[in-house]
Amino acid sequence: MDVEAVLRAVLILGGVGLAFGVLVALAHTRLKVYEDPRIEGAVERLPGSNCGACGFAGCRAFAEGLVEATAQPAGCTQLGADGIATLAAYLGVEAGTAVKRVARLLCAGGANVAVQQAEYRGLSTCAAAAAVAAGGKGCSWGCIGLADCHDACDYEAIWMDAQDLPRVVPDNCTACGDCVDACPKDLFVLMPMEHKLLVQCKSALEGEAIEALCKVACTACGRCAADAAEGLIEMRSGLAVVDYGKNELATPEAITRCPTGAIRWVEGAQLPDTAPLAEMVTT
Amino acid sequence: MRNALRFRHGVHPPDSKTLTESLRTKRMPFPDEVVLPLSQHAGNPAKLLVQVGDHIERGDMIAAADGFISAPIHASASGVVEEIGLWPHPNGGYQDAVRIRVDPYSAQVPRARLLPEWEGLSPKELVDVVRDAGVVGLGGAAFPTYVKLMPREDTDIEVLVVNGCECEPYLTTDHRTMADFPERVHLGIRIMMKCLGVPRALIGIEKNKPDAIEAIRKTCPDDLDVEVLPLTVKYPQGAEKMLIKALLDREVPSGGLPLDVGVVVQNVASIATIAEAFETGLPLIERIVTVTGEGVAKPANLIVPVGTKLIDLINACGGLTKKAREVVLGGPMMGTAVSNLDAPVLKGTTGVVVLTARQIRAQRQYPCIRCGHCLDACPVFLNPQKLGNLAMAGRHQEMQDEHHLRDCMLCGCCSYVCPSNIPLSQLFGASRAALKRTAAPA
Repeated sequence: MDVEAVLRAVLILGGVGLAFGVLVALAHTRLKVYEDPRIEGAVERLPGSNCGACGFAGCRAFAEGLVEATAQPAGCTQLGADGIATLAAYLGVEAGTAVKRVARLLCAGGANVAVQQAEYRGLSTCAAAAAVAAGGKGCSWGCIGLADCHDACDYEAIWMDAQDLPRVVPDNCTACGDCVDACPKDLFVLMPMEHKLLVQCKSALEGEAIEALCKVACTACGRCAADAAEGLIEMRSGLAVVDYGKNELATPEAITRCPTGAIRWVEGAQLPDTAPLAEMVTT
Repeated sequence: MRNALRFRHGVHPPDSKTLTESLRTKRMPFPDEVVLPLSQHAGNPAKLLVQVGDHIERGDMIAAADGFISAPIHASASGVVEEIGLWPHPNGGYQDAVRIRVDPYSAQVPRARLLPEWEGLSPKELVDVVRDAGVVGLGGAAFPTYVKLMPREDTDIEVLVVNGCECEPYLTTDHRTMADFPERVHLGIRIMMKCLGVPRALIGIEKNKPDAIEAIRKTCPDDLDVEVLPLTVKYPQGAEKMLIKALLDREVPSGGLPLDVGVVVQNVASIATIAEAFETGLPLIERIVTVTGEGVAKPANLIVPVGTKLIDLINACGGLTKKAREVVLGGPMMGTAVSNLDAPVLKGTTGVVVLTARQIRAQRQYPCIRCGHCLDACPVFLNPQKLGNLAMAGRHQEMQDEHHLRDCMLCGCCSYVCPSNIPLSQLFGASRAALKRTAAPA
């Protein structure tokens, strides 16, 4: 056997390996990017669901924001008070304050109060039904009730009630906006909890025309606008529109004369009932 | 001898045209009121020109075109504007519309208008007349016709293809237009050929309309290169890309227009309307509508004022029968169901089909068995099975980027052949709507 050939091969391979090894070692020290170790620590203390409600592209981006002080721990809508305190203590920063926001449905026209003009058969999603005569509902602005929002929600914050209306559980809602994107009728809005005056209707029809289609629609009668503080509520294209810039002027007085109950004073859940637990478990 | 004219794939649904195919078109009596939505065409809604209380004559313009792709709207009956506001639209929503109470004592004779001698006009002037007459494609999409008549300078158009296929089951609108008004169709072809400067026209008619083929053949002018080509019956031959393939064996590229292969396609009903605008001076205010289906007492082909409420139209045909369960605008393959019979007939309404409970019974949906029938049916050679799985998983962007969702024309062939009853076409429609929603800034 030719020992020389074996040696040569070993030397060449060994040499190449050594040379690259040295290169890697150099690169490791020279090209090192410093990463704040607190980012990793903060990520561990965040929920890790990447819901995006904080406005950052996921939990890691939010953690980077925390370390760079462009975000505050309270910006996470999912952590809860304890989690935020822990995170703030870990980073040694102010917890900050955050406005708790929830998804609100701009429709109260459940199957018991809204006219169903035609029966819809076909693909059982709101997106598909919306293209076929708005799912047959008399009010073409209203909730179709096939639960696209419920399917889109990752936090068990939406359940469908007996009238086929989605109900939002404020404690579970992270205001991530998935339901807003899922609804083909654009009925969901994300609102701060302290916006308590809520018009639960989106129909552009007025008066008897809409009353014939839905018992709880806004008929644009203008009583709430007259009863509320000057300039707080305005009637615009068939609806009462609340100017939330003047939210501190809002009082429950505004809703007292509403003939249909379309405008509500909402504390906590949008509609009074609470979620039946059984249904929550099956989701 | 040329080979049999055909395109590949497609389906053969029962055409169900016997109910109305041999009935001559009749004029429907004027209804008590007409409702004219400002959005009846592809493009921008028209701009309102009238006020509540105005008295208007039949043919007066009540809304002007707004922008390049738009069309004016004219009163289809004399009367008084009673209301301007939201009214049920056939698409299921409410849209701004002008409601006119029809004057019961009016002779409904239009105000005398200048009748242009079309022979003396330049192509530009001809196009202006068509635009001002509010002519849109009557095949269903309602695209403003004048836009098609003025293609870009650099395009070279060789052939005008006249679409007389009417492959959609039940509908006989184009059929009766050709059989009852062949001279009008030929005049329209003559005008269009002058506008476009094309030397040649081909009229494609499916072989299940022998009387239409006969009538159009008999009246063919000698001085023009116009040829009638009978086509084998197949759905969706009336789709312009399929028709070009069948008649000329040319393929319109993905995302392209017929112009890219030197062709302009126009539906016969629209062509007849163009001729009518020059013959009578009247704009597009009435159209032929097929009212048919087992759910209607007396099926008919009617000349209907645009804006007639569906309920008035159905009552003019003897009303609904006891079996009626679903009212579809357009044919059963591509039409959409309506939920409110107060919605009016639009310029693009080809037919009203009333189906019975037995015909619409929901069939149970099974999982996809990958049989591949949908691939053999898709006339644009997509993969509906793959698209369907992606749609059900909500991967809409991927459908568009990698599987040519944009080329789908929602013809419904895949849904029709699927042995598992998967509503593929509806899934694709919903995906497209979802993509539109995400593209539009909220």
